[in-house]
Amino acid sequence: MTLRINSISKQFSHRFKTVEALKEISFFVKDGEFVCLVGPSGCGKSTLLSLIAGLEKSTSGTITSFGKIGYIFQEPTLFPWLNVWDNIAFSLSMNGKPREYIQKQVPVYLDLVQLTEFSHAFPHQLSGGMKQKVALVRALIRRPSILLMDEPFSSVDTITRENLYLDLQKIWKLTKTTIIFVTHNVREAVCLGDRVLVMSSRPGHIVKNIRIPLARTRNIDDLRVITLSHKVKKTLVQNSYEKLDAK
Amino acid sequence: MQNKFIVFLCFLIILLVTWEMVSVARIWPPWVFPTPYGVYESFVTQLHQGILIPAILTSMGRLLIGFLISLSLGTILGILLSYYAILRRTVGIALLGLQTMPSICWLPLAILWFGLNDKAIIFVIIMGTFMSIAMNTVSAIELIPSSIIKAGVMLDARGAKLYRHIIFPAMLPSYLMGIKQGWSFAWRSLITGEMLFVTTGLGQMLMFGRELNDIAQVFATMGIILLLGVIVDNVIFGRIMHEIQVRWGLFVPNKANCQSLVRDASRLYNNAVAVCTDATDRTI
Repeated sequence: MTLRINSISKQFSHRFKTVEALKEISFFVKDGEFVCLVGPSGCGKSTLLSLIAGLEKSTSGTITSFGKIGYIFQEPTLFPWLNVWDNIAFSLSMNGKPREYIQKQVPVYLDLVQLTEFSHAFPHQLSGGMKQKVALVRALIRRPSILLMDEPFSSVDTITRENLYLDLQKIWKLTKTTIIFVTHNVREAVCLGDRVLVMSSRPGHIVKNIRIPLARTRNIDDLRVITLSHKVKKTLVQNSYEKLDAK
Repeated sequence: MQNKFIVFLCFLIILLVTWEMVSVARIWPPWVFPTPYGVYESFVTQLHQGILIPAILTSMGRLLIGFLISLSLGTILGILLSYYAILRRTVGIALLGLQTMPSICWLPLAILWFGLNDKAIIFVIIMGTFMSIAMNTVSAIELIPSSIIKAGVMLDARGAKLYRHIIFPAMLPSYLMGIKQGWSFAWRSLITGEMLFVTTGLGQMLMFGRELNDIAQVFATMGIILLLGVIVDNVIFGRIMHEIQVRWGLFVPNKANCQSLVRDASRLYNNAVAVCTDATDRTI
C-alpha cells in the first residue's frame, strides 16, 4: 500500500458561505497500481490531488502516503527560461545531485519519451504533446512512488493523445510507479486504469469503484474498452447528472 | 532590417530639408527658430569648448548612481511587499499614494536637507524612481502563473531555492518592463532637477541657452538629451528584452502585424460578400 485516504473532507469558505467540495472520501491505492478518478467538471477531482500532494490542507480526515509524490498539471508548466534538458534535470539539481549523476540520468529519461534530439530546444518550440512528455519525465526522474496526473492530455489533439496513452502505459510498466490519474473522459479512464473510481459532484464523493480486468497494453479503440466505458458512463450519469437534474 | 533603416534615414533627411526651408523662408526671426546648420555649429562649439562632454558625464553619473540605488531599494522592497501581506496593506498603499506625486516636488525638501549639491539631485531621482520599481516588482511576482510555482514546489524547489530558481527567473520579463519604466522616470527627474537649480549637467546647459538667448544651443542640448534617451531605451533595454522574448517565445506585439491582420480579415469579408451576392444573383 502506498496511499491511504481516510474520510477526507474539504470545505471552502467564501465570505459567509461555505461550499463543501469533498465529503468523506476514503480509498486505498496499492503499490504500482494505476487508478483513474472520473467525474464531472467541478466535482473536486483536482482538489483531491492537491490534498494528496500537500499543496492544500483538508478540513478533516487523514492522508497517509509513503515515498515521494510527483505531479503533472493540466496546464503546461515547463519552465520557459530553461531548455528541455535543464527542465528535466531541474529536480536533480535542486536536490544537489552530483553532476555526473545528472549527466547519466537525463539522457535515459529523454530516450524514454524519444525526445533526445530536442534536448536543447526551449519549451515554446515544442508541440503540446511533447511538452507533456517532458513534464512527465521531469516528474519521473525524481523517482516518485506516486505520480498524480491532473487531466494531463486534455489540451492535446486526438491522434497525439492516443499515442500518449500507449506511451504512458509503457512507461508505467517500466517504472512501476503508482499513478493516480484524474480525467472527465470515461474512455480514457477505462483505457488506462486498473481501477476506475467514479465521483459525483457537490459535494464530491466516490460513488463506485470499478475494476478493469482487461489485458495490457490497451488501445482506446478496443471493443472491450468501449463496452466497459459505456457501463462506467451509465453509473456516472446516474449518480451525478441525474442528481443535478433533481436539484 | 536594412530596408527599415533606409526608410527611416530618408524620413530624417526630409525632416532636415523641411527644417532648412522653413528657416530660410524667415517665417520666424532667427533668434526664435534656428537653422539646422546653426544648431550643428553650436553643438561643435560646445564640444570644442569642453562643455558638452563634462556635462554629459556629470548627468549620466548622477543618473547611474540614483538609478542603481533605486533599483536595489525598489527590488528589495518589492520582494518584501509581495511576501508580507501586512506590508502591502500598509506600506504598499502609502507608496501608491506617494508615487502619484511628481518627483520634482521633492526638490525643495532635498535642497533643505542636503544643500545645493549632487546629493540633492540624486535624492530627487531616487524619490521619482524607486517606488515605481517596487510596485512593478510586486506586480511582476503576482503575474507569475500559480501553476509554475506549484510545479517548482513539486520538483523540490522550496524556501530560498524557490525564489532563486523559480520566482526570479519567472518574473524577469515583466520585471524588466518595470525597470525600463523606472529608467525613464529617473531620466525625467534628473533633467528637471538639473534645470531648477544652479549646477553643471545637461539640464543646466539647457537653461544657460535660455539665459543667453541662444536658441541654437537650446536646440542642440535638446537633441543630445533626445539622443541619449533613445540610445539607452532602444539599444540597452531593447536588446535585453528582445533576447528574453525570443528565448521564451513570447509574442512581440507589432503594429505592422496588426494592420496586416485587419487587412486580411477585411479582404476575406469582402470575398465572402462577393460570393454571397454572386450566389443570390444566380438564384434570382
